[in-house]
Amino acid sequence: MADMMTVRLKVNGVEHEGRCEPRKLLVDFIREDLGLTGTHVGCEHGICGACTILFNGEAARSCIMLAVQAEGAELATVEGLMRDGKLHPLQEAFREHHGLQCGFCTPGMLMTALDFLRTNPTPSEREIREGISAVLCRCTGYQGIVNAVRAAAPVLAAGR
Amino acid sequence: MGVGLPRLVGARVARREDPRLLTGQGSFVDDHRPARMLYAAFLRSPHAHARIRRIDASAALALPGVAAVLTGDDIARSAKPVRAASKTPNVKTTSYPPLALGKVRHAGEAVAMVAAESRYVAEDAIERIVVEYEPLPVVRDVESALDPASPVLHDEAETNLLVSREFARGDVDAAVAGAALVVRERFRFHRHTPVCMENRGCLAEYATGSGALTLRSSAQCPGLVRDILTDLLDMPEHLIRVIATDVGGGFGAKASLYPEEIATCVMARRLGRPVKWIGDRREDLLATTHAWDEIIDAELGLNQDGTIVGLRAEVIADVGGYSIYPWTAAIEPVQTISFLPGPYRVPTYRGRARGVATCKAPLGPYRGVGRPPAVFVIEGLMDRAARRLGLDPAEIRFRNFIRDEDFPYKSPSGIVWDRSSFTESLQKAREALDYKAARDEQARARAAGRWVGIGLASYVELTGIGSAIPVSPGMPVSTGTEAATIRFDPAGKVTAVFGVASHGQGLETTLAQIVADEVGVPIEDVRVVHGDTDASPYGTGTYASRSLVLAGGAAILAGRSVREKMLVIAGHLLEADPADVTLAAGRYAVRGMPDRSVTVRQIARAAYSGAKHLPKGLEPGLEATRFYDPYYGTASNATHAAMVEVDRATLEVKTLRYVVVEDCGRMVNPLIVDGQVHGGVAQGIGAALLEEIVYDDQGQLLSGTLMDYVVPSACEIPMMEVHHVETPSPVTLGGFRGMGEGGTIGAPAAIANAVADALAPLSIEVAELPVTPERLFRLTRKAGA
Repeated sequence: MADMMTVRLKVNGVEHEGRCEPRKLLVDFIREDLGLTGTHVGCEHGICGACTILFNGEAARSCIMLAVQAEGAELATVEGLMRDGKLHPLQEAFREHHGLQCGFCTPGMLMTALDFLRTNPTPSEREIREGISAVLCRCTGYQGIVNAVRAAAPVLAAGR
Repeated sequence: MGVGLPRLVGARVARREDPRLLTGQGSFVDDHRPARMLYAAFLRSPHAHARIRRIDASAALALPGVAAVLTGDDIARSAKPVRAASKTPNVKTTSYPPLALGKVRHAGEAVAMVAAESRYVAEDAIERIVVEYEPLPVVRDVESALDPASPVLHDEAETNLLVSREFARGDVDAAVAGAALVVRERFRFHRHTPVCMENRGCLAEYATGSGALTLRSSAQCPGLVRDILTDLLDMPEHLIRVIATDVGGGFGAKASLYPEEIATCVMARRLGRPVKWIGDRREDLLATTHAWDEIIDAELGLNQDGTIVGLRAEVIADVGGYSIYPWTAAIEPVQTISFLPGPYRVPTYRGRARGVATCKAPLGPYRGVGRPPAVFVIEGLMDRAARRLGLDPAEIRFRNFIRDEDFPYKSPSGIVWDRSSFTESLQKAREALDYKAARDEQARARAAGRWVGIGLASYVELTGIGSAIPVSPGMPVSTGTEAATIRFDPAGKVTAVFGVASHGQGLETTLAQIVADEVGVPIEDVRVVHGDTDASPYGTGTYASRSLVLAGGAAILAGRSVREKMLVIAGHLLEADPADVTLAAGRYAVRGMPDRSVTVRQIARAAYSGAKHLPKGLEPGLEATRFYDPYYGTASNATHAAMVEVDRATLEVKTLRYVVVEDCGRMVNPLIVDGQVHGGVAQGIGAALLEEIVYDDQGQLLSGTLMDYVVPSACEIPMMEVHHVETPSPVTLGGFRGMGEGGTIGAPAAIANAVADALAPLSIEVAELPVTPERLFRLTRKAGA
């Protein structure tokens, strides 16, 4: 076994420190070492997007990064979206518009959509489809997701 | 019924399961990590067909952190091989060992298993296992598999032909010989795979003190898995608990028993430590069941007016290396010939099906099972006939649909269709599409040199199957019943427990809607528990579009039983005859005297407060378990209409419009019905245009990543327009019809017909799916375009 390395990072505003092998994937570190199992592993080759988190504010796939690369970084995961026991407006929109079924891609989809709406607060349907095409969903046919993102856009824009 | 409370069945109720899934608090297998847990990894065969000469695991065992290695021989000492037996004479029963025994039959078959302190160490160990293989000639496709000179995959079967079955009615040969028009085609529906976003996985814990085994699994059918593990592991059923709380998609892929589940149980029992295996995407593409993969030669004979006189078909399915449990290798090809006649009056028919073993992953159920190819074929033939006769594709369908006066109609394969809305669905689809305007638009596009086409597909499927018919022909287990337990606690809240499992269908919501209506409580007061064999009454699980019909029916029965007792207790508390008590506005009141009433909570408290609060002789408690068997099952039908454009430069097919008119009987939750249609259609569009499992001649999987096996993203899927016809089923409790699979059944045919219509000026027919740009390139070039 290779030497263990220390990783210090901030997740959802909380400082964490962990020790892991240099080869450990960031998603495994988040799930196993930090116990944040909301971020899912779908393909481990950077296609499906289930593992998407915000890395220093930008959407990134945590299955094709090493934990040691996150030294000093600020991450946001799905666990950080709910505030004071209330769903985030994007989460509310997903519920209202049936933007999830099995819920497995949902955490990655939410984090991707958040990043997308930050960069494009007033998107067209085509832009939403392109924006979320980084995450594969096998249940919804994307219709509920597109509707949810479209409905959440003005709410999020107003909150900025 | 809860008159006064908003009626829940039929309402667009937001899902009860969403908050936990939206906040990362789901309970998927991989989210569990009990103390002392080991991580498992499987060594998989690099060969498609080979004898295993020797396995040396000593270097793996020497690696620090490795707890154990199992091989096929080790497993054979502690678990029986799986045998998907069939009662059908022409289906061969073959063994499927959890780890390869003696030889491997497809690339990716599990050969050895490691348990170690981390997944990383387990995979290190896998690389240190030395296996000496003696490669055998590869059985690469169905044609070569049927060659008498071909190697036989399963010696015990003595042939690669594992399945042969025929359905026939009338003298089809004479009918086709005398037909004014015969259209024929060789159709090819290539190999696909479901690709659940959650890969398969399981976690086994064995308590050495009690001898109890708990298996958490990404399974659609926890009850089926529990039942067969009893036999394979030689353990009493009450000591085995199978849990599938949150499952990240199933689509049929997770409806079968898998080798890894058995091996993980064996490993946990042997070590007395929890063992978890989580498959990766490569393992999913290599070793989760594949689907469809059929060649269908079909001929349709018609009169000059377009009415059908006879249908003949030969179906041959590539069932892969093993017959899967419990569905057997018969499931795909026999379903195809069962449903080929479609929603039409087909007076004479002969469908022959064969299932042939090759060196590929086993074929299993995938959304629609047999029907996506069947509908592709019959709807393709209808369009070919319409073109030849100069009829509109809608018109030829109207002329052949089973009519209202024909119901119940016995199809040539023996299925009985209850009252359905074939004609109405197509009419409504035409209206929704604005058929004439769409044809005008197509004409304008054509005049401008664009390849735009419109495709229709109508189908009927059998859902909610009861005990009269096995879900898969000849399968060894009975799947005709499900049960519900409805239990009030003394505070008046309800727990409703089911043997079915939900993995995206929203059953925690729809079943709660049904229960709440039956007993007169708000939906917030109902908690649905599913996917846990220890908690639930006997059941098998979720597959074959059955759960809402069977579990919903059981919920109605159990709800009625509980409600009857509540009326009796209410009568006692109100000093009234129970026959005069009614449920109104969420209260149980004396008829015509709404002021004389008791709340659900008062009734529930009385039920648990001893004899002096109850009528003389009434047993305390407030719960009921009831079983429901719909006996035959019920029809479910839809018409899909697609408008597509084939890009002349790239030959990419773009779906411009997509309309579905579906009839799932009485709808419980239109929000969820729409979502099921959307997801099903997206999978059907993927199957028609993008997705294909490809093996090379040596049986090596070429589509082993999601870069190669192309699942549609949001960009490839259009906004869909879903409309409903509600024909309550006359044969199920509640009038429900199953609808989880329908989207995928109609979409491949609708897309194929639309593409063919777009290319009609070139006389191109679509006989092969997926119709990729490469295939379109060959077709258009051959046509001189």
